[in-house]
Amino acid sequence: MRERKQKLKNSFFKAFALLRQAPFKFIWVIKIFLDIRNFYDILDFDVFSSKSIFNSGGKEKELKKMFLFGLLATLLGLPLLGCGNAYENGEVYVYNWGEYIDPDTIEMFEKDCKIKVIYDEFETNEMMYPKVEAGAVNYDVVCPSDYMIKKMIDNDMLAEINWENIPNSKNIGAQYYETSKEFDPENKYSVPYCWGTVGILYNKTMVDEPITKWAQLWDPKYKNQILMQNSVRDAFMVALKLNGFSMNTTNIDELQIAKQSLLEQKPLVQAYVVDQVRDKMIGNEAAIGVIYSGEAIYTQRENENLEYVIPEEGTNVWIDSWVILKNAKNKENAEKFIDYMCKPEIALMNFDFITYSTPNDAARELIEDEDIRNSEIAFPDLSEYDNLETFKYLGEDGDELYNSLWKEVKSE
Amino acid sequence: MSNVLKKIYIILIFIFLYAPMAVLIVLSFNASKSRSKWGGFTFKWYAKLLSDSSIMEALITTLMLALLSSIIATFIGTIAAIAITGLKKSTRTLMMGITNIPMLNAEIVTGISLMLLFIFFKIKFGFTTILLAHITFNIPYVILSVLPRIKQLNPSAYEAAMDLGASPFKAFFKVVFPDILPGVFSGMLMAFTMSIDDFIITHFTKGAGVDTLSTKIYSQVRKGIDPKMYALSSVIFITVLILLILVNLLPNAGKKAKIKK
Repeated sequence: MRERKQKLKNSFFKAFALLRQAPFKFIWVIKIFLDIRNFYDILDFDVFSSKSIFNSGGKEKELKKMFLFGLLATLLGLPLLGCGNAYENGEVYVYNWGEYIDPDTIEMFEKDCKIKVIYDEFETNEMMYPKVEAGAVNYDVVCPSDYMIKKMIDNDMLAEINWENIPNSKNIGAQYYETSKEFDPENKYSVPYCWGTVGILYNKTMVDEPITKWAQLWDPKYKNQILMQNSVRDAFMVALKLNGFSMNTTNIDELQIAKQSLLEQKPLVQAYVVDQVRDKMIGNEAAIGVIYSGEAIYTQRENENLEYVIPEEGTNVWIDSWVILKNAKNKENAEKFIDYMCKPEIALMNFDFITYSTPNDAARELIEDEDIRNSEIAFPDLSEYDNLETFKYLGEDGDELYNSLWKEVKSE
Repeated sequence: MSNVLKKIYIILIFIFLYAPMAVLIVLSFNASKSRSKWGGFTFKWYAKLLSDSSIMEALITTLMLALLSSIIATFIGTIAAIAITGLKKSTRTLMMGITNIPMLNAEIVTGISLMLLFIFFKIKFGFTTILLAHITFNIPYVILSVLPRIKQLNPSAYEAAMDLGASPFKAFFKVVFPDILPGVFSGMLMAFTMSIDDFIITHFTKGAGVDTLSTKIYSQVRKGIDPKMYALSSVIFITVLILLILVNLLPNAGKKAKIKK
């Protein structure tokens, strides 16, 4: 029996040894692949986008890499042969929020400027940052929010924009450049793309008097009717503004007072949510919710009893802006892309698609629906308020402080 | 009484399992974009789904990835499983430990480390990198489902084949392989589903312009999930359901027909 087992083992080994040799047969496949590649190189076709792999490193290293990638590229690369030279002006890598652009505008840009757009989407600023920082993909244009832009400027990740190449940037209202100065002090790095405020959405049929200020979120008669944002900075913004402090404060005393306010409010709050505010308010599940203005227009379309207001105590103004990365390989194309997005008709298409306020004044003029063009929700006059702020990057210590206080609020 | 309780119990379980799917399917016919308002019955999301090239591309990428990665991982994993059975006990334990670690490891760790590895080797991020990553995390699942089948093998059958003059290679494919095939197949299915499911590793290893369904859906979180995704998910669910019914019914139907004859 033992002998048998031994024998079986040996045969397995033999079978395995045979199988093990199989990969070496692939070398021939790779060789054929390389020949094809060279052939196209001679013809000056840019066939394999993974070319850079082959150019770096010594001969031996190169062979090893070739082995690995030749194999896969034979499997996957061949379909690429079909690509022609329709995009004579090269390409541009764009990294934007999900669902944050009208896909038609990209196609129009590709056709008009003969630049191929390689478009990619992220979910949050925090998911975007490590990918860009690691340099896994060489993105050219990114669309982060205000505080993230500050962080990227601080870490020397952004390239200065050559404004001469973006003539359409004049369509963006001066007030938005003014607001941008909070995170981009000299307007050197960012072109505003979308913006909005954070405010209160309330259901007219479910409240006794119009809501006008944050303090009403502390009114006991709305117990279990209030929806708060379940994110540190947004929640603390409400409490800090309520108490008249800056929402970017790192003063521990002010933050403790804000924390106390949040704790007082906690029994009244129905739920701490993020994007469910939208659906819950539409479904009449709550009377008052803290929400981003961009969502307000959409919710009103679905439920006409909803009203949006910017609280008296002041609030957060956020801006998402185009920036160009320092290690961008296609800086000129990136500027062309941003310029194209600033064209009034293109900005209008994007506004219709996203429904978030556009900073593009020329595009706003083109909006046909008068109610929306003059909407207080989509286009509040920022100069009427003197207590609006944008979020600032507080540094790691600041983030930690906020997070620990928020944890105390949530756990108590 | 206890029978009634049993039934209630099983009904409860099914409700918990399938209520979410039911909600999803109902919402895919909702004309309103909001989940809390019924805007009337419509097929428009299904129609729009077919004309949405970005979603269809993501679907194709997802299926290609799942198919390629599961096939390649099955190939590598099966060979590895055979080799592992041939090892000494101590080495085998060591090998099993090594193969199990990636499976137990947090996905985010695997994802980030793969990303760093690809950067280190200056590999251009794209379909290839996701495929490599998926193969990597699929291999342990294949090994784990093939190994028990190999252990159940009757060694005599293999030896008999050898005694009757088959070469080791032939003996393997004629005798051993058919026996372990169910394990290989279930390993491949497992790998296939793991690959379709994966979000975190894909997120970190994907290049610009390449999207799978999971990354596509996740990127919509901020603006609210597109009802087209409900439609697509319903289609996938129904397809799987029909496939399962067919798989379970067809062999029985065949048997019955034979008996009748």
